[in-house]
Amino acid sequence: MNPPQFKSKRTVFITSLLWLLTLLTPPLTVADAKPTLTIYTYESFVSKWGPGPLVEKAFEAECSCDLRFIGLEDGAALLSRLKLEGERTSADIVLGLDTSLTKEALETGLFAPHKMNIPELGLSLPWDDAYFLPYDYGHFAIIYDTQRLNNPPHSMKALIENDEGGKLIIQDPRTSTPGLGLLLWVKSVFGTTAPQAWEKLAPRILTVTKGWSEAYGLFLKGEAPMVLSYTTSPAYHMIAEESDRYQAADFAEGHYAQIEVAGKIVNRPQSKLADDFLAFMVSPRFQDLIPTTNWMFPAGRTEKPLPEAFNKLVRPVRTLHFTPNEVTTHRKEWINEWLHSMSR
Amino acid sequence: MPFIELEALCYQREDWQLKAAFSLERGECLAVIGPSGAGKSTLLSLIAGFERLISGSIRINGRDYTTAEPADRPVTSLFQEHNLFAHLSVKKNVGLGRHPGLRLNQKDHLAIDQALEAVGLSGYHHRLPESLSGGERQRVALARCLCREHPLMLLDEPFAALDPALRSEMRGLIHQLIKSHDLTVIMVSHHPDEAAEIASSGIFLHQGELKAKGVMSDLLNNPQLPLLRAYLGVS
Amino acid sequence: MDQRVASLHESLTGRSQLRVPGWLPGGLSLLVISLILFASLSALFFNAQLASLTTTLFDPYLLRVLRFTLWQASLSTLLSVLLAIPVARALARRTTFRGRSVLLLLLGLPVATPVIVVIFGIVEIYGNNGTLNHLIRLFGFSFQVNLYGLTGILIAHLFFNMPLAVRMLLPAWNQIPDESWRLASQLGMKSGSLFKLIEWPVLRRVLPGSAGIIFLLCFASFAIVLVLGGGPRATTIEVAIYQALRFDFEPSKAALLALIQLVICTLTVALLHHWLRALPLSSGLATTSQNRPDLNQPGSRLIDFGIILVATTFVALPLLALLRAGLTGPVLSVISDQSLWSAALNSLMIAIAAAGIAFSLGMALLTTSRYLRFHRKQPNRSELLELSGSLTLVVPPMVIATGLFSLLLPFGFVFDWGLVLVAMINGLMVLPYVIRLVGPALLANGEHYHHLCSELGIRGWHQFKLIDWPIIRHPAAFSMGLCATLSFGDLGVVALFGTHDAMTLPLLLYHRIGAYQFEAASVTALILALLCLVVFRVIDLLIGGRRALH
Repeated sequence: MNPPQFKSKRTVFITSLLWLLTLLTPPLTVADAKPTLTIYTYESFVSKWGPGPLVEKAFEAECSCDLRFIGLEDGAALLSRLKLEGERTSADIVLGLDTSLTKEALETGLFAPHKMNIPELGLSLPWDDAYFLPYDYGHFAIIYDTQRLNNPPHSMKALIENDEGGKLIIQDPRTSTPGLGLLLWVKSVFGTTAPQAWEKLAPRILTVTKGWSEAYGLFLKGEAPMVLSYTTSPAYHMIAEESDRYQAADFAEGHYAQIEVAGKIVNRPQSKLADDFLAFMVSPRFQDLIPTTNWMFPAGRTEKPLPEAFNKLVRPVRTLHFTPNEVTTHRKEWINEWLHSMSR
Repeated sequence: MPFIELEALCYQREDWQLKAAFSLERGECLAVIGPSGAGKSTLLSLIAGFERLISGSIRINGRDYTTAEPADRPVTSLFQEHNLFAHLSVKKNVGLGRHPGLRLNQKDHLAIDQALEAVGLSGYHHRLPESLSGGERQRVALARCLCREHPLMLLDEPFAALDPALRSEMRGLIHQLIKSHDLTVIMVSHHPDEAAEIASSGIFLHQGELKAKGVMSDLLNNPQLPLLRAYLGVS
Repeated sequence: MDQRVASLHESLTGRSQLRVPGWLPGGLSLLVISLILFASLSALFFNAQLASLTTTLFDPYLLRVLRFTLWQASLSTLLSVLLAIPVARALARRTTFRGRSVLLLLLGLPVATPVIVVIFGIVEIYGNNGTLNHLIRLFGFSFQVNLYGLTGILIAHLFFNMPLAVRMLLPAWNQIPDESWRLASQLGMKSGSLFKLIEWPVLRRVLPGSAGIIFLLCFASFAIVLVLGGGPRATTIEVAIYQALRFDFEPSKAALLALIQLVICTLTVALLHHWLRALPLSSGLATTSQNRPDLNQPGSRLIDFGIILVATTFVALPLLALLRAGLTGPVLSVISDQSLWSAALNSLMIAIAAAGIAFSLGMALLTTSRYLRFHRKQPNRSELLELSGSLTLVVPPMVIATGLFSLLLPFGFVFDWGLVLVAMINGLMVLPYVIRLVGPALLANGEHYHHLCSELGIRGWHQFKLIDWPIIRHPAAFSMGLCATLSFGDLGVVALFGTHDAMTLPLLLYHRIGAYQFEAASVTALILALLCLVVFRVIDLLIGGRRALH
């Protein structure tokens, strides 16, 4: 009996399986002369159209190091990853938490103080956090379609009380950052009567989505004339599409702010490099990239003037903001309140 | 020493029981008769090893096969249906009797040809079962049985679905093969008269029990047992 | 003579291969599945304190969510399956019309399309600003179809699952032996009695499995329910799991919720199986000639093509919207983007690996399940084993991923093996399809041939190659194609493990959207859908051979 043909077929099969596995497996870390700085951030930061690639290039040019971004779904995912990893984390820096998460992040005990002299940083907002440094900020806003809504609301109150005011798409505060932002916004405007405000608003809410992408997509498809997003959203349409069809409604009570921050992980070998990165982050080389890649306002000093479109954006009369402490203490309670009012 | 010895076979499925014990000489052809549900097919399944005994033993040619796997028993079966793999050619179907993975050598090919010739199907090698008549299919299966060169053949009403003329033809073929290949046969039949044409001896099963055993012609022509009389319809 | 027997015996056993006990493949497969499932669940439990667990269990909100989840999943399943039966029947009756294979291909597409893309497609047709409402206004009616609510959930679930059900039910007709049709024509049976007496018994065999899968899919549906359900009233347990893992970071709560989901789904599916107990297959040489007597019954042609047309329209409309949005976008700049193709390649490798993993695990489970049913005569255990392969559908990938992540963390290769893990989890997620699609054919094979095989000693690799493969080839090809396209379009766990180089196509799509590039995203979505079709067709052809697609 000659070598049976089945065997050879099987061999081919197994070989191709192994081949596939090797293809799927990247080489187990190549020892590199350059030190590596690992940064956990959210997906849209590292995306090809986000600031990530430019930041990487600019920083690597001056640090002689290897900057490695790990992109996770969003800010909340960053925090839960950190909690999961604990001291085993391979992050040197976490970039992309916002101030509704920093208190909880700090409680992990994983963060080291940034030791930077804040007054010299030239931040465009008051800041006194010893652990986290802001790199950009924005304000939540109701974006409306000028072709479908002639009479946009001029205050949160007007939005809620005008029964004929058109429908609104929002995000779920349980699953998305803007959703949580709106919850806090309504809370800071209405305080203890927030549940009633939500009950009043509920019939006007077309739907509640899991994340920003679904909501904004539905809005662009014309499902509703209003959507919850950022004051900076119109800038994208003005710059990339040369259209001023979509505008932010300017609310008299002010707008709730989202401040995005970065922090340094404690006890990591690349501590010095991490300090360098944080300094770089608030410098104009980083800050100049922010407006048209992350579509937010730079938190630090810039050298280039803001793009023209940014000057046309709504500048909130008042910035509303809860401290990280307040958010952490009340988040669950407020979300339950919201759920209750919305499920009525 | 008898060729096959079935000692105190006992099998149970839910609340139904089969009990039997008999032996068979080499070259004998035994018919198993009895009403539906008597346990005829189960008896064959036990000998072939598809079902497990609770107690008792099966010895064939002096060796104990009570717990052997079906493939390890010197037994070959012809079923009522599904004797052929519908997607495989005649030759492959027969060839599976030589090697379960169809790794066939010169000798095997020769054996296949001879077996097909013996059942009168030379030249059918590349046909698919669906292009064959019912009788031809069973003959292909018979060819495979021959190929296996096992001394004991179990027939579970393999011709039940065939026309009377064909049935008679197949019986003739079997009869001839028993002689030429020195086979020992146990056959289940619903037609005692037809079975008697090739079977020299017979057993009668009723509700899982062996009620009578004897020379076939005696059983049929001179039944003593009331149950057997009732089954045969003689007053 | 005795020597001859002995020597033959020896020569046979000498030539026989290594014997693998029948329980081993399925046992191993079960071990892998339960290790992954329960290791990840227990890792999550272990990760946090158990204090809040009891409050979770008795939370009235959770009970309400549970009720709604069960309600919408049952309704979606019922509708999908009930509507799929006439469609599948029409397709089974009309086997030769032009474009049938294209149509069948199309039916495989919805389930492989990323959820967000489907949502956009459905909204374009049925939304407030969608085609349907435009048409209604055009004809001067004043009412409006309101998508958001149970309607939206049902439409989307129908869109996903009705075609899937059709594809899962259709092979049942191939199991009807020709004799039955001949007999029926002799008896002068009309269409109605044909269905009742011939088709329904065969359908009953595949219904529980198909309905089970669809129920699990709807039960675990999350983004759709939230978006199209119109608000937090329409919430599934998955949302709560997501929230527990992501915002509250209470892994133990997430694990508990996942466990609740697992238990409920297991019970439901088991009940479904019990209720629609599989009947034994009718015997006979099954052929596909479909010589049925009611083909030329008056009006039957009209009815069949009417049904096919309606179903096709329903499935095709959102896909056409996707096509239109894609073609009006910046096609050139998107397809000339290098990163698109490298992402597609990554996705492809994950897809092939996932399909391979699912097929291996599935075959192992099914082989042992068959062994249990026919050799050990333990049909209950056999069904239980098959069920175990379906349960991966209800443990959210996120829970598995998070659990596995915390398990593997100490070993430190999570990032380097990211894609392998993704492929593995995807493989688990698509395993139920392999079981549902290949299972019936394999069981039927066992029913016909298990005595023959065991007497001839055909087992293991030989049995697979000579006896099983030729029979299961078509469903296997279809299921692997489905698996590959499902994981090709799945965003799922890639984003969870964190990526730096491992870009996949759905991830790229999300990046586009995140950068406000909705138009470019719709081009990407179109390319993703087209590539899904190509992958599906190629796998179907390569594995299933030219006669694939049934």
